[in-house]
Amino acid sequence: MTTATKPAPGAAGPTTALRPSLKVPVSLGVLSLVALVFFGFLGPGKTAEMKISEQGDAIVLPALQIPGQAGGIVLAILLLAMAAYSIYLWNRGERSPKWLPIAFAVVFVFALLVWIVAGAREPSISLAGLIAGSVTLAVPLVFGSLSGVLCERVGVVNIAIEGQLLGGAFTAALVATVTHNAYIGLLAAAAAGALVSMVLAVFSIKYLVNQIIVGVVLNVLVSGLTGFLFGTVMAPDKELFNTPPRLDILPIPLLSDIPLIGPILFEQSVAGYLMYVAVAVVWVGLFKTRWGLRVRAVGEHPQAADTLGINVNATRFWNVTLGGAIAGIGGAIFTLVTIDSFTKEISGGRGFIALAALIFGRWNPIGAFLASLLFGFAYNLQSILGIIGTPVPSQFMAMLPYLVTIFAVAGLVGRSRPPAASGIPYVKG
Amino acid sequence: MGVVKLELKGISKAFGSFYANQDIDLVVEPGQIHCLLGENGAGKSTLMNVLYGLYEPTAGQIVVDGQPRSFRGPGDAMAAGIGMVHQHFMLVPVFTVAENVALGAEPAGPGGILNLEKTRRKIREISERYGFDVDPDALVEDLPVGVQQRVEIIKALVRNAKVLILDEPTAVLTPQETDELLDIMRQLKASGTSIVFISHKLREVKAVSDVITVIRRGKVVGDAPPTASPTELASMMVGRPVSLSLNKAAAQPGERTFVVRDLTVRAANGTNVVDGISFDIARGEILAVAGVQGNGQTELTEAILGVQDHVSGSVTLEGKELLGLPVKEVLRSGVGFVPEDRSHDGLVGPFSVAENLVLDLYDRAPFAKGVGMSPAKVAENAAAKIKEFDIRTPSVGSAAGTLSGGNQQKVVMARELSRPLRLFIASQPTRGVDVGSVEFLHRRIVAERDAGTPVMIVSTELDEVAELADRIAVLYKGKLVGIVPAGTPRDTLGLMMAGVSPEGGSDDN
Repeated sequence: MTTATKPAPGAAGPTTALRPSLKVPVSLGVLSLVALVFFGFLGPGKTAEMKISEQGDAIVLPALQIPGQAGGIVLAILLLAMAAYSIYLWNRGERSPKWLPIAFAVVFVFALLVWIVAGAREPSISLAGLIAGSVTLAVPLVFGSLSGVLCERVGVVNIAIEGQLLGGAFTAALVATVTHNAYIGLLAAAAAGALVSMVLAVFSIKYLVNQIIVGVVLNVLVSGLTGFLFGTVMAPDKELFNTPPRLDILPIPLLSDIPLIGPILFEQSVAGYLMYVAVAVVWVGLFKTRWGLRVRAVGEHPQAADTLGINVNATRFWNVTLGGAIAGIGGAIFTLVTIDSFTKEISGGRGFIALAALIFGRWNPIGAFLASLLFGFAYNLQSILGIIGTPVPSQFMAMLPYLVTIFAVAGLVGRSRPPAASGIPYVKG
Repeated sequence: MGVVKLELKGISKAFGSFYANQDIDLVVEPGQIHCLLGENGAGKSTLMNVLYGLYEPTAGQIVVDGQPRSFRGPGDAMAAGIGMVHQHFMLVPVFTVAENVALGAEPAGPGGILNLEKTRRKIREISERYGFDVDPDALVEDLPVGVQQRVEIIKALVRNAKVLILDEPTAVLTPQETDELLDIMRQLKASGTSIVFISHKLREVKAVSDVITVIRRGKVVGDAPPTASPTELASMMVGRPVSLSLNKAAAQPGERTFVVRDLTVRAANGTNVVDGISFDIARGEILAVAGVQGNGQTELTEAILGVQDHVSGSVTLEGKELLGLPVKEVLRSGVGFVPEDRSHDGLVGPFSVAENLVLDLYDRAPFAKGVGMSPAKVAENAAAKIKEFDIRTPSVGSAAGTLSGGNQQKVVMARELSRPLRLFIASQPTRGVDVGSVEFLHRRIVAERDAGTPVMIVSTELDEVAELADRIAVLYKGKLVGIVPAGTPRDTLGLMMAGVSPEGGSDDN
């Protein structure tokens, strides 16, 4: 008898025993070899300087001095060790623990950083500034991805995060300028985001229009509308309509002086603190409360929820609305914190990155938060490296966040499972 | 424990101009098992959805203990002491048992923080009382179907259901699990719970019912005692005398032309959903593949057709290897294939009956003409097939999706049987088909056998297996438990369907 006439990928491997996937060990192995060759053997000769604290800080720590080539080799060996451990585990039929790829990623990124900085014209960066800047850039992403989490967990795909961010940014700038109050601007941004979300909710829940299409259309609509209003109202009279007051940075005394983590955690605007609160509240809400259990049931098995007396479509409507409000606050960050006025397309595709962060974070608020931080880091790295003058062309640096996104979403996270009813409208009967 | 008398008075439910229920009267006495018997599509489930508050009745009244009630949603029905176990379970697979049971009436502390300890305790209590053996912290998706069903029953009991509606509860169970469920039903009855038992399986209905109400085309036909004969009950369901036995002639098996060796299908998660199966089928013989749904039957038939990936082993028809060939080639080699989900895989719903009848041959003469098609030939073919298979359709141009289940199946059968066949495979040939058409479809399958074609039938209904099979193969978890001759007792088949091989001893490795 002939066997296996049908090509079966991976047929060479054992078919009966359930082995963990080779994806993690192989990718770690390849990456660590890349690190050894490029960061180690071909590493730059200069010494990279990484400042941990700023001059004015209460506690000043000495800067890290890492020789380019030697540092690269040491870090690459560390990476190789981790890859070897992963292969060893695979060989014994065990899965790599969750922390391993994360630790690997951290060391790899650090090695990359040393390689780039040591090769730069000016081989010195501020590590503290790099991380604090990453958090700042991540704030809108975190709000955006939390909006996505809330919507998808209840069964509505929210492609309109970009539109919600943009709507929030525009409304915040306009209202804050007119009322001379940044906090009213922040509230108005939440309302604007909620409004965009309500349109998504009504069309996808009541009229059963394809959620992806409504989302895309909303993005284009908001972009056109804000662009038009910017051109006709804001630009001609900037003083009157587009000079919003900033949200004040409110440092918490003493705590904000801790090196490295002080500025990240305790030197934020109201919106920044709100971000930490929002992540915690959404997580507790989704996984620990009655409300969350119902929300997740609606997103996983709406019929089951309905037969237990839960109003599926109302739950969806209000959750999507709440998600929009959160994304709107994220949009306000652009005009009230990072930049001092509204410009066309100010959100610049961050809404889509937030979407990626939500998937990378496996539909979990904390996961989405960490993923957003990673993307924020990639953004910030790109701008800082442009300043110190790296040998890598700036166009490549600009691709960095998107490259991270693709790898993150496609490969590193493995198979993640979205809520079962996400994207499927609920019709009784 | 309180008991509840439930009355339905003149219930009608219309969808557009179509009446799914018309003027139905029903009285469920306290502490009785009341069976609703009827064919698929007779309106049993619609009626129960009305009773459970999922549909609003077009006319009529629901009376609980003499009080007229109107249910705006399932919440109202539950408050009135009515619980329902749906045919497709209403359980969130990624939730634990306790979370599923609590959902909708969650015990929570301040700020809405869940506290499921009370729910867990209640589950353990009920589980002990009825011998359910359910762990409140298990994930529902990890539980076997029979246990999931018990979770559904617990869900209703926790909400103090006095009337429990069971909608086709045995459709997904092995014969042994079915017996256990019938025992549970008797226990519930003994503790005062009334049960409305919806089924179309005469054997089970006769075994547990106190009263049987037969429904046909949305109307109550009449009541029958559980002592009524199966033929009587079937005739009431269909509305005309039916013969329940096929009386087919003995098989005249010829040469074994269809040979399967070590067929294995690997699923995405790395397990083998079909695991090293070998068998042959002779010309002029029907091999029926029995087993509880989801034990690899779908993958087995699809692997033979060529629509499964990750297949190894060998499948030969008259010496020609079929594995690895494109589906079209497999069909052209003389394989007729009736998929288990006809409306999804067997038909293109919006296409006309005529078009569906040539889906396999549209690109061949006489239906193809150059790059175009010949509508006259297609219509001619349709007219002939409609006559031959007694397909009830308004016209040849009607969309196939609008036909009844039985007539859709006849379209699929007519198409697949119209080519000269060397092998005929039919999955669930009569699922959801009215009793009258069942007889017709069975006769066509036997006729194909008598014409000398090897025939493979996959069915989860033991009655159908017993009716058609010349030999019976039983699948369990993707493995072939054994092949036994026709006439093997149901008990033996039932044990095989639970993985016990016929020689005795468990087959777990």
